[in-house]
Amino acid sequence: MRIDGKGRIDRTRPVTFRFDGRSYAGYRGDTLASALIANDVRVVGRSFKYHRPRGILTAGPEEPNALVEVVGPANQTPNTRATVQELFEGLVARSQNRWPSLGFDLLEVNDLAAPFLSAGFYYKTFMWPRRFWEGLYEPLIRRAAGLGRLSGKHDEGLYEKAWAHCDLLVIGAGPAGLMAALVAARAGADVILCDESAEPGGRLLADEGMIDGAPAAEWVARVLAELADLPNVRLMRRTTVTGVYDDSTFGALERVGLHRSPRPNLPRECFWRIVAKRSVLAAGALERGIAFQDNDRPGVMMASALATYLNRYGVVPGKRVALFANNDSVRATARSLMAAGVEVAAILDSRPDAPDEPGIVVHKGAVVQRARGRMGLREISFTKDGRAQRLEVECLGLSGGWNPSVHLTCHLNGRPRWSEDLAAFVPMEGAVPGMLVAGAAGGSFSTHGCLASGAEAARASLEALGRAAGAVELPRAEDAPYVIAPLWAVAGKGRAWLDFANDVTVKDVALAAQEGFRSVEHMKRYTTQGMAPDQGKSSNVAALAVLADATGRGIAETGTTTFRPPYTPVSIAAMGAGGRGAGFAPQRFLTSDQASRDRGAPMVEAGLWYRPSYFPKPGETTWREACDREVRMVRESVGVTDVSTLGKIDIQGPDAARFLDLVYTNTFSTLPVGKVRYGLMLREDGHVLDDGTCARLGDQHWLMTTTTAAAGLVMRHLDFVSQAFCAGWQVRFASVTEGWAQFAIAGPKARALVASALGHAPDLPFMGCAPVTVQGVAGRLFRISFSGEEGYELAVPTRYGEALFRDLTARAETMGGGLYGMEALNVLRIEKGFITHAEIHGRITAFDIGMEKMVSAKKDCIGKAAAARPGMTGPARAQLVGLKPLTDSVITAGAHLFAQGVDLVREQSAGYVTSVGYSPTLHSHLALAFLDNGRARHGETVRLVDRLRGVDVLCTVTDPVFHDPKGEKLRA
Amino acid sequence: MRLTCPLCGPRDRREFYYYGAADYLARPAEGAPPEAWDDYLHLRDNPAGVTQDLWYHEQGCCSWLKVTRNTVTHEILAVESVAGADAAEGRA
Amino acid sequence: MRYSGFRVIAQGLFGNTGWKPAWRDPAPKAEYDAVIIGGGGHGLSTAYYLAKNHGLTNIAVLEKGYLGSGNIGRNTTIVRANYFLPGNSEFYSHSLKLWEGLEADLNYNVMHSQRGLINLFHSDGQRDAFARRGNAMINQGDDAVLLDREGVRELLPYLDFDNTRFPIYGGLLHPRGGTARHDAVAWGYARAVDRRGVDLIQNCEVTGIDIENGRVTGVQTTRGAIRARKVGMVVAGRSGQVAAMAGLRLPIESHILQAFVTEGLKPVIDHVISFGMGHFYISQSDKGGLVFGGDLDFYASYASRGNLPMVEHVMEAGMTLMPMIGRARVLRSWGGIMDMTPDGSPIIDRTPVDGLFIDAGWNYGGFKAVPASGYCMAHLMATGESHPVAARFRLNRFATGHLLDEEGTGSQHNLH
Repeated sequence: MRIDGKGRIDRTRPVTFRFDGRSYAGYRGDTLASALIANDVRVVGRSFKYHRPRGILTAGPEEPNALVEVVGPANQTPNTRATVQELFEGLVARSQNRWPSLGFDLLEVNDLAAPFLSAGFYYKTFMWPRRFWEGLYEPLIRRAAGLGRLSGKHDEGLYEKAWAHCDLLVIGAGPAGLMAALVAARAGADVILCDESAEPGGRLLADEGMIDGAPAAEWVARVLAELADLPNVRLMRRTTVTGVYDDSTFGALERVGLHRSPRPNLPRECFWRIVAKRSVLAAGALERGIAFQDNDRPGVMMASALATYLNRYGVVPGKRVALFANNDSVRATARSLMAAGVEVAAILDSRPDAPDEPGIVVHKGAVVQRARGRMGLREISFTKDGRAQRLEVECLGLSGGWNPSVHLTCHLNGRPRWSEDLAAFVPMEGAVPGMLVAGAAGGSFSTHGCLASGAEAARASLEALGRAAGAVELPRAEDAPYVIAPLWAVAGKGRAWLDFANDVTVKDVALAAQEGFRSVEHMKRYTTQGMAPDQGKSSNVAALAVLADATGRGIAETGTTTFRPPYTPVSIAAMGAGGRGAGFAPQRFLTSDQASRDRGAPMVEAGLWYRPSYFPKPGETTWREACDREVRMVRESVGVTDVSTLGKIDIQGPDAARFLDLVYTNTFSTLPVGKVRYGLMLREDGHVLDDGTCARLGDQHWLMTTTTAAAGLVMRHLDFVSQAFCAGWQVRFASVTEGWAQFAIAGPKARALVASALGHAPDLPFMGCAPVTVQGVAGRLFRISFSGEEGYELAVPTRYGEALFRDLTARAETMGGGLYGMEALNVLRIEKGFITHAEIHGRITAFDIGMEKMVSAKKDCIGKAAAARPGMTGPARAQLVGLKPLTDSVITAGAHLFAQGVDLVREQSAGYVTSVGYSPTLHSHLALAFLDNGRARHGETVRLVDRLRGVDVLCTVTDPVFHDPKGEKLRA
Repeated sequence: MRLTCPLCGPRDRREFYYYGAADYLARPAEGAPPEAWDDYLHLRDNPAGVTQDLWYHEQGCCSWLKVTRNTVTHEILAVESVAGADAAEGRA
Repeated sequence: MRYSGFRVIAQGLFGNTGWKPAWRDPAPKAEYDAVIIGGGGHGLSTAYYLAKNHGLTNIAVLEKGYLGSGNIGRNTTIVRANYFLPGNSEFYSHSLKLWEGLEADLNYNVMHSQRGLINLFHSDGQRDAFARRGNAMINQGDDAVLLDREGVRELLPYLDFDNTRFPIYGGLLHPRGGTARHDAVAWGYARAVDRRGVDLIQNCEVTGIDIENGRVTGVQTTRGAIRARKVGMVVAGRSGQVAAMAGLRLPIESHILQAFVTEGLKPVIDHVISFGMGHFYISQSDKGGLVFGGDLDFYASYASRGNLPMVEHVMEAGMTLMPMIGRARVLRSWGGIMDMTPDGSPIIDRTPVDGLFIDAGWNYGGFKAVPASGYCMAHLMATGESHPVAARFRLNRFATGHLLDEEGTGSQHNLH
């Protein structure tokens, strides 16, 4: 019901929206919840377990009942709090967790079966017969559980992430937060003030309080105007600080576009990372209920929510209202309601000594026993002085007291402290370094207390920042003491709800205690109290009070469960903004990328890089045809491929050679200038880290090459070895991977192609290197080979890469050669028995790959000592071998090896295949594999079995070098 | 979490790579017995409290840093360059 | 009191007033035959199998907090047997078999759900590595199916097959993999242990380990001294501190692993999905929350909480793989403390102190191991010999170089 003349909504801007298919009217400034109340919609959802009809309980993000699906043109958002969702033109919302409809929900049968569905019942049944769990019980439970629905469609919405830095972060813009921000801002500090609501002001907008003799809202407006004029203040509306992390880093979610009709380019949400030197928590307090029989009926509402709906939105959920409280805070609400023409039937105050309230019936020492009205409250019964009475009301406002919002102070493992005076948990001092707590969040409930503690928190923060606070005059405001007599649950029959969201009753908590789940964490986990979307914001304290009672302990001794981030739920899309599609990881492109794509090469991921798989020719229908052709081309003519992805590290200094001797297993200091050597690098734990070549460009100048996969790893490793173990050594190095484009030229005609490109024959021995000029550009030429053919690698600065690639390609093609891709490169190296990270996969020692002789006995090197451990060598280890199928059969990497005649069981598995390829050179499939004691087994026949792919082939064990084992072609 | 790199100033944790306990700095001499290597590579005090460990400013100056830290509170007590202050400046 | 559907109905009809405590709350005795330090999943299952398989019931489980207060209650609940190195294969295979009989064995519904686990791969090389793994699983007697891209699409049509950064080449399906209700595992074991007469002693912190002439004689606790000739340390997450009481230094560094759960949703993800390229794994609990996680925060920590970089990385991984979860809201995040070993595999072994045994180093794979870990630890404590399926989980394997490094990342504790 809408109340004339009340609220801060814009009555000049009507808005239409739909809920469960029906069209309704509201105003700009409404939330979905206030608009539904205005339209007298009482039932908005169904409870989680018993599917009981539920109405709106609160006016904030702590709402446990009014969760709806918001349906957009492209997608739907489940579990949206109607109490937070602002109304916009065309908003479509739908109730959830009901079938077939909100009014008639078949699963409400659960409510009748409630005696059999008590806490933890599912741990005691559904066990027989065993296979029925996955087949029957679990699917039924899953379907009945859950709340809203995801559409299953990709979320195409826009989300952003951002960083912000400030001197002081103020969390919450109620009286305490506004005052803190004002004091800090006037002192010149960089201030960020975050408020979760669309309109700052907090309780000042919801209560009809006065500041400096005028309505508090006027003071709010003045402060906001002043803050808006200050360049050092950023006010972030609709921004919830969701998490506290180390070193004063905060996570915050801003609802950027959720309050308006979708429009292009407007993000839905932005997730902020705020780094603040200091912070003030002024998050206020949340009102809590009182448990009694059927206290979850639609129309039962938090008293403060009643006040908010009346004063901020101009709506009330019933013509006749009663209030039930154990403290004074409902009095102002009662007066507001009366003044607005709403009938207040009575205040039921559980305190026998409660004060009178002029013009309102106050039943002192009264407790509500039961609420009636399944689809909407009709009547309450209460007892006073042992006498039962009934009261017909449409709405009951509840106040069981206030819980300071201590959540953020607990995110770094701070534990709140129980205050007997407030009957509430208050923040532990110093729980978050640099954070002070002000206002109701710290237990100061009066307006004066909020203003004063906000100003004081700002002053202390400024002092810590080395700034002086100017003189601040505190505005005048009420300073009423907070008087409360704890009442958590009214004793009686029937089910009394603590946690509305997860349907946890007083009986459930008592049952948990009865069954030995006496720790508060046990109770929570056993009953699921506090584990619903509201994280027990309005039920935790009451539940543990009931537990404390059931176990005969005090609340302080019982303790709380742990509050963890986020304070209110945050969408995965917001925290994962930027991760969609290719955004998840950087993409690295070769200078030849476009040229390769131009030739139709499929580009495949190689780590972060993209490399050409093969270069198809007209008429080729499979990758194998192209691959076979490219392999033959390299073996018979000349091939060109881009190898720029290999890591390149430029190393210089008088001690460079000494340094290389330390990081490589073999010796480099003896290498002459102008020569290249293959090197093996170990991790300190003795396993192979990487392999590659290293060229001596000058006496004190080296160029190390790493594999593509290990480029970053090796750089980090070198930095560590150098900085940790080589103090005073004169050696410096830098990654130059991006600085050079490098192309391999391989094949019998490689020398001719290089000569053509350089304009003269390269005069390099095998494993030689020299500076060259390529068509006027200074480059480098290396005579190295990963194919087993005569091979060169020609490097030029990156900006010339594409031009050189196209040039080399054209020259190669005139010579009957051309480009080859990763597939051919792989076959070529398998034919030659060269290893990649398929072989050196992290568990491999130099011994395993037959390179133990490369570990120099004459010097120390990284990994040498650990490689000497007994388990790192010996016949029990699998060793690198080649495999050739006896028949022309496809073989697969990942297959296991067995001796002939043994059972195919784990105990008999004698090895595994790491790389396979079809060799058009040898007209056979080939494999590299690791076989137990493999080097002693050349010539044996083993069984290669891939049971996943149905491969079972007999193979001959061979040396891993299939092609040109003496290396005559390389050295030609 | 933020670390103050001696060269670059306070930076977010995501710029750094973590390696492990500062034990990795005490590499045994050549010829040390196997137990010394086991100690060096594997065994850790692993304190719940103040510890020293190694971080690498991978997305910054590439300094290896020895960080004194509390593993329970995550408080950072000190950050030093592994190579020593002189070397760190030399690289800068 | 035996649990059954009949009992639930009978109790329901009489107001549920007849339910007995799931376990007693005994005061510690001065002496036991054996003491288990740690009332988490592994400690409780150790006690269970000591009692059940070896007839040892004069034992106590000492828990400094509440039963199941460690990682058993803060994991992503995945149960699988998809390892490939001998030593791990047979152990996790044994564990999965125990899981499959666990409810009947414990008379407690731990909701073990064999909904199938899919490890996605994104390159030919990864496919081959998973093929090796899958073949190892089959050779071990477990199940594995290699799915191609279309096979994955059939099961998981909601993944982003078109634009994701690392295209989906296929997946290794482990049909018997799945999830279980984590807390229920602790409670189920606790109740079963209690029913066999073992004393479960909560709020009892061990403050010292008594050793005489190289042999353990008992423990000091916040509830007094307790004598015992056999003591098992089963305190993953705190192994270093407890072992230090016996003068031992372990090959373990403690790290934080965060996990996340969303608000409840109607069923939308029916499997367990693992996305290796993004270090992301996800399943949906029976209550409807999406339960997911990622990699370690990577720095040594005992804080039981993490920081934003990994939080965001995990969310980004989710968004690139399955953008349909974008509008699900994360309800809660938490961190568990992981015993990280230099090869990523656990330790179940004797220690240099006679009578003192250790079960530790579960890295972030401890949940699925709970049954077999207890089974093998019980065998070790009762017989003094390693159980055959845990024979390679030796404390000295790092010194000898007999490693079990499934990831191949080497002796850096946080890389496993």
